[in-house]
Amino acid sequence: MSVLTSGGFWAFVGVVAGIYTILALGLQVQFGFAGLLNFGQVAFMAIGAYTMAILVVKEGWSTWLAAPLGIAAAAAGGLLLGLPTLRLRADYFAIVTIAFSEIIRYVATNETALTGGSQGTIALGSIGTATQYNGQWSRFQSHVQHSLGLSSSDATMLVLVWATAIVLLTVTWLALRTPWGRVLRAIRDDEDAAESLGKNVFAYKLQALALGAALAGVAGLFYAWEFSFFSPDDFQPLLTFFAWMILLLGGLGRVWAVPVGALVFGFIFAGTRFLDFVPFSWFASDERAYLRLIIIGLIIVVLVMVRPQGLLGNRREMVLE
Amino acid sequence: MGQLVANGLVTGSVYAIAAVGVSLVYGILRLVNFAHGDFMAFGALIAYAVNGPLHQSMILAALAGMAATALLSVALDVVLWKPLRTRRAGFMSLFLAAIGLALILRQSLLFAAGSGPRSYRVNPYRVFVIGSIRLSEAQVIAIATAAGTILVVGLFLARTTTGRILRATADDRALSAVAGIDVGRATRIAWVISGLLAGLAGVLAALVEYSFDPNFGFQLLLPVFAAVVLGGIGSAYGALAGGLALGIAQEVSTWSGFAGGVNPVYKPVVAFTVLALALLVRPQGIFGSARVA
Repeated sequence: MSVLTSGGFWAFVGVVAGIYTILALGLQVQFGFAGLLNFGQVAFMAIGAYTMAILVVKEGWSTWLAAPLGIAAAAAGGLLLGLPTLRLRADYFAIVTIAFSEIIRYVATNETALTGGSQGTIALGSIGTATQYNGQWSRFQSHVQHSLGLSSSDATMLVLVWATAIVLLTVTWLALRTPWGRVLRAIRDDEDAAESLGKNVFAYKLQALALGAALAGVAGLFYAWEFSFFSPDDFQPLLTFFAWMILLLGGLGRVWAVPVGALVFGFIFAGTRFLDFVPFSWFASDERAYLRLIIIGLIIVVLVMVRPQGLLGNRREMVLE
Repeated sequence: MGQLVANGLVTGSVYAIAAVGVSLVYGILRLVNFAHGDFMAFGALIAYAVNGPLHQSMILAALAGMAATALLSVALDVVLWKPLRTRRAGFMSLFLAAIGLALILRQSLLFAAGSGPRSYRVNPYRVFVIGSIRLSEAQVIAIATAAGTILVVGLFLARTTTGRILRATADDRALSAVAGIDVGRATRIAWVISGLLAGLAGVLAALVEYSFDPNFGFQLLLPVFAAVVLGGIGSAYGALAGGLALGIAQEVSTWSGFAGGVNPVYKPVVAFTVLALALLVRPQGIFGSARVA
């Protein structure tokens, strides 16, 4: 049971949960408040992470300029996706968004000159030199660690991710209490009614999509910094499904349910990777990886069947149709 | 160029067979079956077990794969989809449940069969030459089987009573029930056909690709979805046309006479570009209806 008492393990679970909180918060804005069935959320995470890494390594930009640009690029990706697709039927929109995320991953895998291809960010620079995009970030992280007197870089990352997540959660929560947020909810509940009141439904949906995409971009940045290396394989559609599961675990239409869902998910996901006692020790590590995803699939199915509003969701506010 | 069209017909046949199954189920249940690709992989793997370890003929293996997939589809309808229908679950719930199911199925296949590549006991070097076009035995089998299947399914839907019942239920479930149609039976038939076709498409895809693993169904899923949407979700004939059109478009796009040709790694992207362009012109798909009933 040694793994359960190690601080590093819990810090890792916490960091993963923090990153997924930000990713799923974007989805909550898009689906929980605007009713958009975005199944390509992972694409915006990839755009954010790749834009930052490419600007830092290839163009020599400062991380503090490249990171906001990564977020902006993710938001621009949301606009680009939304312009031709938001007028589609909901079921077509869901399929097209998955396709969009796969196209982004194909491009990242095959445009080796731009992204380093399937080898990932290590091949971003010239041949024969392993490249790093997080030098400036690591220095900032150790600076924070010393000023706060934290014991490890894991703990520092935990603090930084969750501080960002809480700020973003608060800002989103406040934004959704403004007239803008109320219009979004009105569109979700009855699009035609909102339209007949003179609201530009298309513009509001586009804004929600871009805002959610920007949040995914932030998640992408932290993902990049936490693992100091990534490749197109890190942005499989699976990640989008994890974010959906977090949304269901937490509850639909509630901002503060997102971190709760993400913590439960983080424990299931990171937990089953490291737990090495019975019954987990009966299986080889690759078998455990399959089992872990089977469990996640089962949780999604069971939640949809027995609790369509999510664990903490408000049935009167929103329920899966 | 002729060779590319022929290759496109092969790919398109596989897409078309899989797409009809997706479209049929959508028409009747309003369910976008995200697990369809994993149904295909399931069928292909069952056929592999019969063909490889059990040393039976490829035809018997394919039939076993199809039957097993149909059985799985019906069983899942009982334990998963029927309770959701009773709850009057909408598109969103069904889609998410299908995603969860896809995860469970694919990972179970990986768990049971391992992630290594495998091949059927067929000779990959037998080649048929027709004029300037060269096709492998697997490709010829795929085209011939697909043509036969498409004909049978088309006639079945158009001419038989059961086919009419399926189309009526897809058009208006409530009205069909009022007219005395056993809607539950129609649903089971749709699942059986969809499962048979998924198993067949899986076996054919595995034959054409020669080497396959439990993940390959999911990789086929998105082009199949593109074919379904291109044809208009819920339209079986549209799915056939969409599958063939996308298969040919993917292959022909690599023709060097066409602005140097698209890099073959981008074939899946071509499928979606065609889809995106088609949706811009006709947002409901070629044969689709503008609104969900």
